[in-house]
Amino acid sequence: MTGLLAHNALLVSLATVLFGAGIAPVAIRTGRREWLQLAYGAVYTNFLLVTVATASMIVALVTHDFSVSYVAAVGSRSTPLLFTIISLWGALEGSILFWAWVLSLYAAVVVWVHRRRPGDLVPYAAMTLLAVAAFFAILLVGPADPFRPVFPVPADGPGPNTLLQNHYLMAVHPPLLYLGYVGMSVPFAFAVGAILSDEAARNDWVVLSRRWMLASWGFLSAAIIAGMWWSYEVLGWGGYWAWDPVENASFLPWLTATAYLHSVMVQERRSMLRLWTLNLCVATFVLTILGTFLTRSGILSSVHAFTQGSIGYYFLAFIALVMVSALVLLAGHSERLHSKGNLGGAASRETVFLLNNLFLTAVMLTVLVGTLYPLIAEAMRGVKVSVGEPFFNQMAVPAMVALVFLMGVGPALPWGSTTWADARRRLLPPFGGAVVLGAIGVFAGARKVYAILTFAFVGYAAVGNLREYWVGARARRKAHGENPVTALARLINGNRRRYGGYLAHIGALLVALGVTASSTFRSEREATLAPGESLTVAGQTIRLTRVWGREEPQRSVIGATFDVLGRDGAVIGTITPRMNYYRVSDQPVPTPDVRSSLRGDLYASLMAFEPRGANATVKMIVEPLVPWIWFGGLVVVLGAVLGLFHGTPRAVRAPATEPEAEPVAAPAAPVIAPAHA
Amino acid sequence: MNWKRAVFATLVAVPVIALFAFGFTRDPGAIPSPLPGHVAPTFALTVFAPGEPPLARPMGDTIRLRDQAGKVVVVNFWASWCLACRAEHVELTETARQYAGRPAQFVGVLYADQPEMGRQWITAMGGQSYPSVLDDGSRMAIDYGLYGVPETFIIDPGGRIAYKHTGAITGEILHQKIDSLLAAARPAGPAARTPDR
Amino acid sequence: MRHAARAVLAAAVALWWAGPLSAQDSVARARPPVATPVADSALDATTAAVSSSLRCPVCQGESIQESPSSLAQDMRAVVRQRLRAGETPEQVKAYFVSKYGEWILLKPAATGLNKLLYLFPVLFVGGGLALVVFLVRRWTSPGTGAPPASGAPDDPSDLHSS
Repeated sequence: MTGLLAHNALLVSLATVLFGAGIAPVAIRTGRREWLQLAYGAVYTNFLLVTVATASMIVALVTHDFSVSYVAAVGSRSTPLLFTIISLWGALEGSILFWAWVLSLYAAVVVWVHRRRPGDLVPYAAMTLLAVAAFFAILLVGPADPFRPVFPVPADGPGPNTLLQNHYLMAVHPPLLYLGYVGMSVPFAFAVGAILSDEAARNDWVVLSRRWMLASWGFLSAAIIAGMWWSYEVLGWGGYWAWDPVENASFLPWLTATAYLHSVMVQERRSMLRLWTLNLCVATFVLTILGTFLTRSGILSSVHAFTQGSIGYYFLAFIALVMVSALVLLAGHSERLHSKGNLGGAASRETVFLLNNLFLTAVMLTVLVGTLYPLIAEAMRGVKVSVGEPFFNQMAVPAMVALVFLMGVGPALPWGSTTWADARRRLLPPFGGAVVLGAIGVFAGARKVYAILTFAFVGYAAVGNLREYWVGARARRKAHGENPVTALARLINGNRRRYGGYLAHIGALLVALGVTASSTFRSEREATLAPGESLTVAGQTIRLTRVWGREEPQRSVIGATFDVLGRDGAVIGTITPRMNYYRVSDQPVPTPDVRSSLRGDLYASLMAFEPRGANATVKMIVEPLVPWIWFGGLVVVLGAVLGLFHGTPRAVRAPATEPEAEPVAAPAAPVIAPAHA
Repeated sequence: MNWKRAVFATLVAVPVIALFAFGFTRDPGAIPSPLPGHVAPTFALTVFAPGEPPLARPMGDTIRLRDQAGKVVVVNFWASWCLACRAEHVELTETARQYAGRPAQFVGVLYADQPEMGRQWITAMGGQSYPSVLDDGSRMAIDYGLYGVPETFIIDPGGRIAYKHTGAITGEILHQKIDSLLAAARPAGPAARTPDR
Repeated sequence: MRHAARAVLAAAVALWWAGPLSAQDSVARARPPVATPVADSALDATTAAVSSSLRCPVCQGESIQESPSSLAQDMRAVVRQRLRAGETPEQVKAYFVSKYGEWILLKPAATGLNKLLYLFPVLFVGGGLALVVFLVRRWTSPGTGAPPASGAPDDPSDLHSS
């Protein structure tokens, strides 16, 4: 019953979005603006209809209605409620439904917020979003219909993919990912609207699209970090990033979105890079669709790939349509978008942004080509090749390390132009931070060039960004006689977009530091222990207490409990890696246990055990600074939030941001100081 | 709207779309082996399951590839925990019986498993007509570029790998490959053929 | 001064990207000559380095160094044994390629078409840098018109008056 209702809701939704996408251009071209209300109405109606369908699916999942095909495929009476609900996005059809719902939500909010804006930009954007929604509606009533009736109705189902029901982060990562991924269709819709309404040569549209991109970028950043965390907590090898095609798919639009968020500032200030910014907007959207295509068509083998089916052909057709129409729009209108602007000078923040965009694009293309290369090699050479972690570490990491450096250079240089002497005065002090952190890295045992450089550049950029807060707050203090805390708070509040940006930089630096430290100083050992025996890695010791088993409704759990010993041999805690055997799968799911502290993680993974409990084989990994990655991700998101709610511009602040009269000599003192500010 | 430029730009999309369209014709899971056509890696492994007369070999005996010159050798990698191995078991054991007395040697290689488990499995499956050997440390499996079980290699009388089969094999394929190899070997001269035992 | 700085910058970044190409197999170079007996910790490190570059055949995209599967363990043992017998890391990799095909290498060998895979990022960055230099020079040369004043709606104080 629920299934029939939801299926019909989706059919009506398809008709609604097709109608809306069709009526909008007619209304604009014929000047019948009142018809636009029909298009907007279609957006709202579509949101209601897809909400009905999604809610029906959740009801069907929770009530174990196995007459619905999707529930029969992923449901199980023994699965806990939380994992039953989140299995909504655990398999192909449900994830498409969830995608369609998020898209319908975005479209409704966009139209509602901007409905009164004069001009044709918003109507065309609504049309674009409806057209994208139509594609997903076609999938949902066709090849990815999750509401197909099942007869005879099975008594129980297999339950969700065991990897996905093993950790609560699966309740967090996918929604964030969809909010990020799908949100990037909004700036794309604005880009299309800007071209069609002839507003692309002006800057107003980027003011609208920028916020939507920033919000989506914040969600996607959070999603990528949550996904890394999930891999780390579930896959059992102590890593968080493997350059798997699916991971790359989430990273690609993040890179172009990051480039956009920087280039858009150049456009706003100097009316330059307009075509480039437009390109980034479109590329970001195309990459989200490409990523979805790669993960759902079965065209590349991946740990996370969904099962394949005819849906791949639909995606291929859609990608072709999106790429061709985007290229036609961009190339057809490119002549009108050529920059007539002027950079103040070479030593300026604008120049750094050009370099930043260059390196972000380089990383994106390296990862994209690397991900697709197995396909290219097979087509051109007829040979299967692999492109994995060592390739990406070698070819993509150098540009990323360069980006860490640029993160320190950009904020230090002023907009417009400056003299080389002034530039030197601004750029030199952070080198103190580079020396300090680089030395710490070498002292701690880093020997690889890129690792040492990353430490140094993180130090450089950290000082560079923190110094902006320090210098600004100090100037305020002098000008207004405020105490340091008030000065800092008012400084940030006065320009949330700018200081939000610096905060995001600091978060990214924390991530870079955590990644470099944990991969450089990782030590691991694997050993088979009998109860009472202990294993020491990097000065940390664990001792096996016992091997145990436990039955749960949906799985059997085998665990090994270890005491964690302090330096004096006293027990300071326990760590309990497990192996979960789900009834529906013959593959056990490793469930490592992690003990975190500010200094880093102790990670234990159960590799094997003797059935009678006589011994257990454990992989013990000591990874410094891993929690800094998760914390850094949080700081990035806070930066995005700060930049998002930047409000209306205030009156001109005190000239707080001009760090004049900074003594060039003795860089160490001013360098260290800001860190404590 | 500059249509000339627009049409030109769409050419960028063509190779990308063509690449994906090509990708649909390929199975990312199927990886071709470089071994067929090359000399088969040698092996000398110990029998842990003797097989049945007339094909039986004593327990603990060593089966060497170099002793099999002039014969078609069928090497089947299997394990007791492998589901597809159950499907092909009867076909292999029947085909081996049918070739008894002809220059064809069947060898089972236990992969990533305990000999005790292997013997129990053979008993549960109603016996295996040909001997199986132990592959300590998977050395032979790695020499043969094994991706998983079951995989079957057919080695020609000249000692070259003629054919590799991934997944459950059928009697039909075995007959077809072995017969054609035996037929091709005959014109090479009677000297090349040694008696079966 | 400006030109010198620009040249230095360009050279620095060019070197930056030349690094990965020339350091392609630092593993091979770091290894002591075949004849000298290899200390165990060095052998461990080389084994780990080679294992990290080989793809586990029974897993999904993992290297045999990371995978807990029994085949990966056995393959690590083979890597170690061959290294101890005096083979170079390149020879060990070649052995696995002869058995499994190029697919086994997580980093394709830089030969033939694969060279493009390695050259592409370097060429892109090189070309991009040249473009940035060209654009900055063009956009900062006098006579290209005053910068439009439409920018900076939200933090005008940020515009630096030089």
